[in-house]
Amino acid sequence: MIKIALAGNPNCGKTTLFNALTGSNQFVGNWPGVTVEKKEGKLKGHKDAVIMDLPGIYSLSPYTLEEVVARNYLINEKPDVILNIIDGTNIERNLYLSTQLMELGIPVIIAVNMMDIVKKSGDQIYIDRLSEKLGCEVVEISALKGEGIKEAADRAVWLAQQNKKTPAVHHFQSEVETILNRIEDKLGSQIPNEQKRFFAIKLLEKDDKIVTLMNVVPNVEDEIKEIEDMMDDDTESIITNERYLYISSIIDECCKKNSKGKLTVSDRIDHVVTNRFLALPIFALVMILVYVVSVTTVGGWATDWANDGVFGDGWHLFSIGTTDYENAVEEYDRAEQILVAFDEGEDVAQIMDEEENVTETVTLNDSVVSKANEIAEAGEPDPSEFGVWVPGIPGILESGLDALNCADWLKGLILDGIVAGVGAVLGFVPQMLVLFLFLAFLEACGYMARVAFIMDRIFRKFGLSGKSFIPMLIGTGCGVPGIMASRTIENDRDRKMTIMTTTFIPCSAKLPIIALISGALFHGAWWVAPSAYFVGIAAIICSGIMLKKTKMFAGDPAPFVMELPAYHMPTVSNVLRSMWERGWSFIKKAGTIILLSTIFVWFTSYFGWIDGQFRMLDAMELDHSILASIGNAIAWIFTPLGWGDWKSAVAAITGLVAKENVVGTFGILFGFSEVAENGTEIWTMLAASMTAAAAYSFLVFNLLCAPCFAAMGAIKREMNNAKWFWFAVGYQTVLAYAVALCVYQFATFFTTGAFGIGTMIALVITAGFLFLLCRPYKESQRLNVSSVMSSK
Amino acid sequence: MRTLKEIKCGDTVKVIRLEGEGPVKRRIMDMGITKGVEIFVRKVAPLGDPVEVTVRGYELSLRKADASMIIVE
Repeated sequence: MIKIALAGNPNCGKTTLFNALTGSNQFVGNWPGVTVEKKEGKLKGHKDAVIMDLPGIYSLSPYTLEEVVARNYLINEKPDVILNIIDGTNIERNLYLSTQLMELGIPVIIAVNMMDIVKKSGDQIYIDRLSEKLGCEVVEISALKGEGIKEAADRAVWLAQQNKKTPAVHHFQSEVETILNRIEDKLGSQIPNEQKRFFAIKLLEKDDKIVTLMNVVPNVEDEIKEIEDMMDDDTESIITNERYLYISSIIDECCKKNSKGKLTVSDRIDHVVTNRFLALPIFALVMILVYVVSVTTVGGWATDWANDGVFGDGWHLFSIGTTDYENAVEEYDRAEQILVAFDEGEDVAQIMDEEENVTETVTLNDSVVSKANEIAEAGEPDPSEFGVWVPGIPGILESGLDALNCADWLKGLILDGIVAGVGAVLGFVPQMLVLFLFLAFLEACGYMARVAFIMDRIFRKFGLSGKSFIPMLIGTGCGVPGIMASRTIENDRDRKMTIMTTTFIPCSAKLPIIALISGALFHGAWWVAPSAYFVGIAAIICSGIMLKKTKMFAGDPAPFVMELPAYHMPTVSNVLRSMWERGWSFIKKAGTIILLSTIFVWFTSYFGWIDGQFRMLDAMELDHSILASIGNAIAWIFTPLGWGDWKSAVAAITGLVAKENVVGTFGILFGFSEVAENGTEIWTMLAASMTAAAAYSFLVFNLLCAPCFAAMGAIKREMNNAKWFWFAVGYQTVLAYAVALCVYQFATFFTTGAFGIGTMIALVITAGFLFLLCRPYKESQRLNVSSVMSSK
Repeated sequence: MRTLKEIKCGDTVKVIRLEGEGPVKRRIMDMGITKGVEIFVRKVAPLGDPVEVTVRGYELSLRKADASMIIVE
């Protein structure tokens, strides 16, 4: 089996080439224990060759996760050949990585990409001369147009079969070479000859990650000191300088630039898009478009269709008949209300239109009543009589199970446990795909880098990237795609921080909780909903500041020295592929945890002891369930938060399945089998059971604590590391608890003047917060990756 | 002694040397900002930071704090 490693800078067309070389034969995963994506594929047309797509990197330095992952692979796995793709329009910087790859003692073939653009702009790259100067195979390709790709692949396979190492022919100035030779001699026999130059350079550069790959580490301090004194610079800079000097020395002979000074199309686009005055309005427009399409309109419809249609009652094919059906339902409700009023002997009927929240007064006379009778007698409208009705999966399964005379518990398990769980996983996918389509396009066309450029100033203050804006924005709709959108952030620390904080923003499923609390305890006061968003944003900012100073995060340096790639039109197939890969990875990696936890909550809420007998319960017997016992057992934990009764605890737990469940659960516990979305029916009961301070603390806790299982699944998938997953969920819950406690205690103190032990604790917590926010902090200089990499 | 941070948009300058050490310096150098290279300061982000420069024929953005590590002519 021939192993080909595909290496190159970010934005050089590597993914396009990889897709073209492998077709659909790809395996996407993560490098063990880290958030970096790993892609492997079978080479088309060569049965016995596989390609490993290494992360896009600029250098083999020890400072970014991607670079460490890539070089550890190259050194440990020793691929048979490195296919180094370089961007022909940006050849100087791309060759910088090539000079490093050629020192590894592995055959190297360079594929100069985007040759069509180079030629179009009137520039010239002399492939033969480049090959001669670099001492390795060089071919020209255009990955986008598919030109030269097969030749490049064939050449790579041929090179691997020859098994001839590519010797590094580039040389640094003689002083540096002398020192390197001395270090190479010190390495002895533990390092194979062809890798000696690489190890010598890394030792000279004081690269602390290289030591983990060596058995015996020779002492090279004398050499380092000697060369540093001689050249008055540190060794890392000396080597980097030498590489670029070498590249500059050969580039003039190999390339001819005719386009210098001319503005390209990309330059002109950028002139407008990141213009001082237009940049922010354009940014706002793009974001509004992304939001409207992927959250409120297309994405929202898709989610509704998946949740209420496919995994709900059913849906009308192409929506034909939906409006007629809804009108019929409305008319039926109206008739029922009229009849109720008539039966009670009223002269007029007050008819509530829940959707538009208006009350209509109808005078009851014979004709109105008889018409209402007529409608009511016809029975409740059946959706299947309108248009083409496609029943939902639960409905189909239920009738099937009924026909089989299936036991109740099994039916419950399948319908309320498994199908509901699968629905929770798949229900988010359509919306996610819409969002991922946008993200893939924005990334591929080059605008995503500009988003970071424009927003960096605001977000870096609290340890986030400018690109964190998009996950947060999407998070207001749904946290699940929000978390998945963090994939676009290339810095590991920023990405993890974004994953941890995105769900603090109230998502649409939390709105019913806000409506419930605001309606029940605050008479629908205007400030409750905005304050929820304020709490969410404050939680993100404070978390950013606190977390970046913790041990978990302080390890990783985060320089913001970022390439702004040229704008270009991505291909449809690449965008679609990227969209699908992300959607699929969510289903695969997040699915299990979501499914299992949904089944667990189903089991605990539908089974319990009644009159000393353990049996399956009716939905209305929730207060006898195992879940209620759990609620009872843990309710005391929430006493300091003001809502230490088991009902609230149970509601908070069912909220983990989906946040909007909180309202429904309260409804059931107060004796209503069904309540409106904002729970109007139970407002008075809820108001009687807790104080305003407790209610607001309950709201804050549910907004900030561990999100729903689907979002937790997404966190698990994106963190790709059990430790980080638990750290994220644990942090969210602890923060929610602390903030809710402070809210309740301080609100109680200010409204009643009661000062107790709780108030003291709240004061201590506040002091702790302030300390964590204000303590001094120094950016680390070292990538803290060794522990992660070795834990595989 | 001027640093890149002080250079106005539209000016081209030559790098004399880089100050500091560690990952940020290495990263800046990896991206092609080394002794003697010419840098064209292209624009400043709408919120005043970071800046966009052209170096070795491509566009690079870096923060002003990092730009102040780069000593130019």
